[in-house]
Amino acid sequence: MNIPMEQGILLAAILFCLGLTGLLVRRNVIFMLMSVEVMLNAAGLAFIVGGAAQGNADGQVMFIFILAMTAAEVSVALALIIRMFNEFKSLDIDKASTMKG
Amino acid sequence: MKEYLWLIVALPFVGSLVLAVAGGKISRLACAMIGVGTVTLSAVLSILIGLDFLNTNGTPFDQTLWQWIDVAGLSPNMAFHLDSVSLTFVFVITFVGALIHLYSAAFMWRDEGFARFFVFMNLFIGFMLILVLADNLLFLYLGWEGVGLCSFLLIGFWYKDPANGHAARKAFIVTRVGDTAMAIGLFILFMSFDTLNIQDILKSAPSTWAVGSGIAMTTAFLLLGGALGKSAQLPLQTWLPDAMAAPSPVSALIHAATMVTAGVYLIARTHVLFDLAPIVQTVIAVIGAVTLLIAGLSALNQHDIKKVLAYSTISQIGYMFLALGVGAWSASIFHFMIHAFFKALLFLGAGAVIWALRDEHNMFKMGGLWKKMPLVFWTFLMGASSLAALPLITAGFYSKDKIIWLAYASDQGSGWLWLAGVVGAFITALYTFRMVFVSFFGKPKAEPTKIPGMMMTIPLIVLAVLSLVGGFIELPDTMGPLTLFSDFIEKTLPVTAIADLGGTTEFIFQLITAVVVIGSVFLAYKLYFNKTFPATVPQRNPLQQFFFEGWGFDRMYNALIVTPLVFLSTIDKKDFIDQFYKGLASLAKGLNSILSSTQNGKVRWYAMILVLGAIITLTIILYP
Repeated sequence: MNIPMEQGILLAAILFCLGLTGLLVRRNVIFMLMSVEVMLNAAGLAFIVGGAAQGNADGQVMFIFILAMTAAEVSVALALIIRMFNEFKSLDIDKASTMKG
Repeated sequence: MKEYLWLIVALPFVGSLVLAVAGGKISRLACAMIGVGTVTLSAVLSILIGLDFLNTNGTPFDQTLWQWIDVAGLSPNMAFHLDSVSLTFVFVITFVGALIHLYSAAFMWRDEGFARFFVFMNLFIGFMLILVLADNLLFLYLGWEGVGLCSFLLIGFWYKDPANGHAARKAFIVTRVGDTAMAIGLFILFMSFDTLNIQDILKSAPSTWAVGSGIAMTTAFLLLGGALGKSAQLPLQTWLPDAMAAPSPVSALIHAATMVTAGVYLIARTHVLFDLAPIVQTVIAVIGAVTLLIAGLSALNQHDIKKVLAYSTISQIGYMFLALGVGAWSASIFHFMIHAFFKALLFLGAGAVIWALRDEHNMFKMGGLWKKMPLVFWTFLMGASSLAALPLITAGFYSKDKIIWLAYASDQGSGWLWLAGVVGAFITALYTFRMVFVSFFGKPKAEPTKIPGMMMTIPLIVLAVLSLVGGFIELPDTMGPLTLFSDFIEKTLPVTAIADLGGTTEFIFQLITAVVVIGSVFLAYKLYFNKTFPATVPQRNPLQQFFFEGWGFDRMYNALIVTPLVFLSTIDKKDFIDQFYKGLASLAKGLNSILSSTQNGKVRWYAMILVLGAIITLTIILYP
């Protein structure tokens, strides 16, 4: 079964926008992190769709890269979240606004 | 020995540098050892070099250290020129300086700025030595400005009182007026002679400039301006009384014994230029005569013991200027030396009294001190006698009498100048003994809290002896004649041309001076001895008040210069150009507050901005 490129890209765009909206409206930092994951996966999907349309494996290679990068990012982000919870006794990102000015 | 000349100058600088770097970390004793030690070594060296100089029959000695600048024909060296005049100054600076340093080590012991004090004092000695030893006018000017700086730093030494800071700024600004004139004079000299080397200028000036020519007169006037500022002569004398805000040893060293006589040195050093401008020389004599009278009358109406001495310094330097003006070069240098001895002594004595009475300056609140501080009293009395020029026994008599005599007898002298000198001598003796009688006799009104120790009394004793016997190296024709000092000075400076009036005339004139002085002391005795004065600031009638305020010069300068300048600058503060730059500043501030309000610390807000930016960028790329 062959999926047309336009539909794949459209799905990636919708996923990206969902993630972005989540990032902007959510205040809980864990949900924000999950939204970021969605956005990254949307980008990965766009690569795979593009690679499939070209008929080569470059897009999938890029996806592996993104996957590795995401793993590292998540580990750092989770560590930061733990520190933040220790500091502010909350996961509300708006509470962590002491760097203003 | 002579090749160590540079060491005399270098030692105080080294001391100053070491104290400036390490002063906070080493003990007071070490500070005092370095501060006093370096200057004492300089003094010993200067005596050794002086002996060497005498042995070689007074041949001038030059020592070039290195070339300072070499640009467009201006190539001054860091070089010293030692001759009899500079040697006399070096001797007085280092010797009196060392005694005063020793005294200050005890005087300033409890002061929190002990190390800082010696940094400035040593720096001052170094710059003053540069001033008198420099072989070119630019190097001299370096020393000239250096001592001005040290004077500023030391007048404002107790900087926590705003009045002291004000006095320091006043001294700096008023002398700056003279310094500017002097700098312009140096420019003219360099334009005319293509060099600033003093000896070269003195050699070529008579053949280049005609006597009384415009350029010679202008230059002489400009140099005189510098001398007037530094030496606190009319009309730039107003800074010196305020300079008494400095600690007493500073007043003794800088504002009495050495720095204020820099003007005398400058005129004596460049005497050839003044010979070429006879009118300027007359002006010098008249300024000296008027200054000595004006300052004398002011001294007569002071109640602050240091202010009496300050005005008396102005007055005595007036004598030196009078001598310079009538061409009595060696008499002027002689009076400089003797004055340095007795005025340093008087300031140190007054300092000891002020120190013992817990900072009491008003002499009407002292009284009866002669019994309680006998040593200070006796030495102070010797200094006072020398200042008042008591005949025969004091050094001050020989130096001042010589000036008064030459003011009449010299070719450039006149009866009026002589009269001013004699009246000045009368006033001097009167205010001096008023000071002695009021502060040391009468009912005791304050109890000394401490008695000066050895470190303070030794300088007093040495200076007291010098104030008495220092005059015997130069006796007038009627009593000697002995001319050791003038022979020594006249190796460098010209001999005073005097009209031949015969020994009898000179004797009569000396008698007049002596009688006037003794009469004045007697008058002071009648008016002030063992009288009871209320222990307050004395009542003054309007004329006395006028004298007390230094003849209203401060008020005049305030009205004529300071107030208009302040007024102009207040207007100027709001002018168009400033508005423009202020506008720029407030624009930058406004933009800054807008931008900084975007830094609100909210991560979601930042993400929003990021998205907005991405959208805008994409829009621009896709729809060009």
